[in-house]
Amino acid sequence: MNQLTVRALARPAKWISAGLMLLSIMFQGGAALAVAPEPTQDITSQYSIQGTIRQGAANPVKGAVISVVGEGFEGSATTNARGKWEISVPTRGTYTVTLDLSTLPEGAKLKPGFENVRMVTIDKVNTVVALFPLESIEDPNVKPTPTTNVLLSRIFAGLNFGILLAMAAIGLSLIYGTTGLSNFAHGEMVTIGALTMFTFNRVMGLDIIVSTLLATLIVTAFGYVQDAALWRPLRKKRIGITQMMIVSIGLSIFVRYFLQLVYGGETKVLSQGATWNIFGVLMPAVNVICAGIAIIALLGFAWFLTRTRIGKATRAVSDNAALAASTGIDVERIIRIVWVVAAALTGLSGVFIGLYFQASWDTGFSILLLLFAAVTLGGLGTAFGAAVGALIVGMFVELSTLVIPPDLKFAGALIVLILVLLFRPQGVLGRKQRIG
Amino acid sequence: MDQILANALGELITPMTAAYALAAIGLAMHFGFTGLLNFGQAAYMLVGAYAFAMATLAGLGLVPAILISFAASIVLSLILGIPTLRLRSDYLAIVTIAAAEILRFIVSTTGLNDVTGGPQGLSGFAREFYALNPFPAGEYGFWAWSMDEKGLWVRVVAWSLVILAALFVAKMIRSPWGRVIKGIREDEDAVRSLGKNVYSYKMQSLIIGGVLGTLAGIVFVLPRAVQPGNFGTGLTFFIWTILLLGGAATVLGPIIGSMIFWVLLSLTDGLLSAGVDSGIITFIQQDQIGGIRFMLVGLGLMLLVIFRPQGIFGNKKELYFNG
Repeated sequence: MNQLTVRALARPAKWISAGLMLLSIMFQGGAALAVAPEPTQDITSQYSIQGTIRQGAANPVKGAVISVVGEGFEGSATTNARGKWEISVPTRGTYTVTLDLSTLPEGAKLKPGFENVRMVTIDKVNTVVALFPLESIEDPNVKPTPTTNVLLSRIFAGLNFGILLAMAAIGLSLIYGTTGLSNFAHGEMVTIGALTMFTFNRVMGLDIIVSTLLATLIVTAFGYVQDAALWRPLRKKRIGITQMMIVSIGLSIFVRYFLQLVYGGETKVLSQGATWNIFGVLMPAVNVICAGIAIIALLGFAWFLTRTRIGKATRAVSDNAALAASTGIDVERIIRIVWVVAAALTGLSGVFIGLYFQASWDTGFSILLLLFAAVTLGGLGTAFGAAVGALIVGMFVELSTLVIPPDLKFAGALIVLILVLLFRPQGVLGRKQRIG
Repeated sequence: MDQILANALGELITPMTAAYALAAIGLAMHFGFTGLLNFGQAAYMLVGAYAFAMATLAGLGLVPAILISFAASIVLSLILGIPTLRLRSDYLAIVTIAAAEILRFIVSTTGLNDVTGGPQGLSGFAREFYALNPFPAGEYGFWAWSMDEKGLWVRVVAWSLVILAALFVAKMIRSPWGRVIKGIREDEDAVRSLGKNVYSYKMQSLIIGGVLGTLAGIVFVLPRAVQPGNFGTGLTFFIWTILLLGGAATVLGPIIGSMIFWVLLSLTDGLLSAGVDSGIITFIQQDQIGGIRFMLVGLGLMLLVIFRPQGIFGNKKELYFNG
């Protein structure tokens, strides 16, 4: 059995390390490969301040200069042909945004009551819009439609986010499927992945591959210890599922504030390296590679679940633990393997989410509900359902910003969760008898 | 040292302790008596706080404002309950916690600055309430419990509401209605086989507990401003800890639980702070004490649920965690 596990895990591991190799090459030779982008322009999915300068819907202002100062950061951007500008900033905080009036076209002026200097604060959300409304020079009847480029960039961001969510969601779903536990402390495994990545990569200055592997290893160990020291004794004590769920809430609060104590409350910047231009959308290269590795890890995991003996046993336990035990499957051993595999996937997801969103003590908790949404959407306890659910959630979160304000994008995804429960409570891939 | 003790004991009767007790009584109705896993009690408090503040700021008067917030609370119960009360209990948990976060995101979005005050929240809505104050200006109470006339008025109102709510819930639980509710907690199918409409009873329980939570939200914001940050998931988890501390299936448990909880938190805060100041405790800074308080809550919640799930006052037979 043991050998089977090793073999089962060896192949995906090889793919992952190949991907990581690519990642490292990227960072050594990153600058040369890059398409010479403005470092502060249109990098999706970090903290950023953005806006559009235009004189009415159909008259965007090109070439207006906006500068941002605050939190020890200074940067500036120039509006593009669509009048859009975006400045990525390193952390949450308060920034002063200034529109350089001398760069506006002849005769352009701000609407009454607006100044060319504004204060904006980034706290709960990653993207803040700073508006400098100009007086319109046209009849305001034409509605602007999102161009394909904006749409494409949102789709890419959504896919990327969805793939990263999928790894953590599968972990959550596996644990739920085999033990019945709705693990509210799952987000903290994501956070630990992201923060230990920061420690290894930024504080200790280790290579990005080594850091990724070490961070994932630490989360894996945390999963093992968690099950051995806490959850298995509770199962032996025959503590109910509801009680276990509340224990996980307590654990989540404890670990989260412990991490805050150790790492402090501020955001740790992890993103780095160059930007790639993909079909006209600028994406940080590291995110693209992470998404690639994540896909490989997910495929490897799917292969493990469907083709190996342990994977099949896992699905059997998930389906019906008592029946699985009666066929000679060691349920406790499977649960332990599930915890380890789930923690490894979640830790890797945490590292990548850290590279994508930056890391802070509540990174994992802020996406925990999205993970639950993904798991529920796909059907509680079904691993592949969780992956599909995560893609839908990620896509929805990013695409919804085309219609609703960006600071509501997480709320939109949660509303979808409630709607799904209303109309299809078994989830997209779930079977009907699982509920009720 | 005297000051630390005074601060801690002062917590016994603060309006905040009363508000948490009220919210925990509502949660006792949900979880302790009916077995509903409501993880969105913060949502009910948010609805109470915002509906009350917005209505009074619009000049509608106190009583209409309270009625409006109750109506909003009932609507919230219907929205949460209709899709989930037929499903397994953990669905309600996920949906309620999600709903609480959705509401918090919505009231703090900058797009709604004119209506909800956005991230800054609302203030100045309690003038009418304090205008009704029958106590003349002056100093009241002694030692740990000294307060001005405003403090006395808000405490009298808050604790009267707590007592009324406790009497109401006690009465309800001893009624035939209460027996059905407790039956649902023990065995839903058995109650269904007696011909009772389980779904409808659960909905009624959700509404009653929710309205109590809404009332708690109003009491919570009377002495302070409405701020969206106060209504995060942490609020709900504090209320759960209070409920489980006192005893989930008891009426007095939530009240005593809230008192013990806040006295203990204030005491540990005070002692840690004094320890840091005097150089006895060196491994943390003054501004990290707030985080330690949360760690203690988390640890306390885990230990309580594992070793004494019935709480301090509960009877082990009474508390049946189903699922």
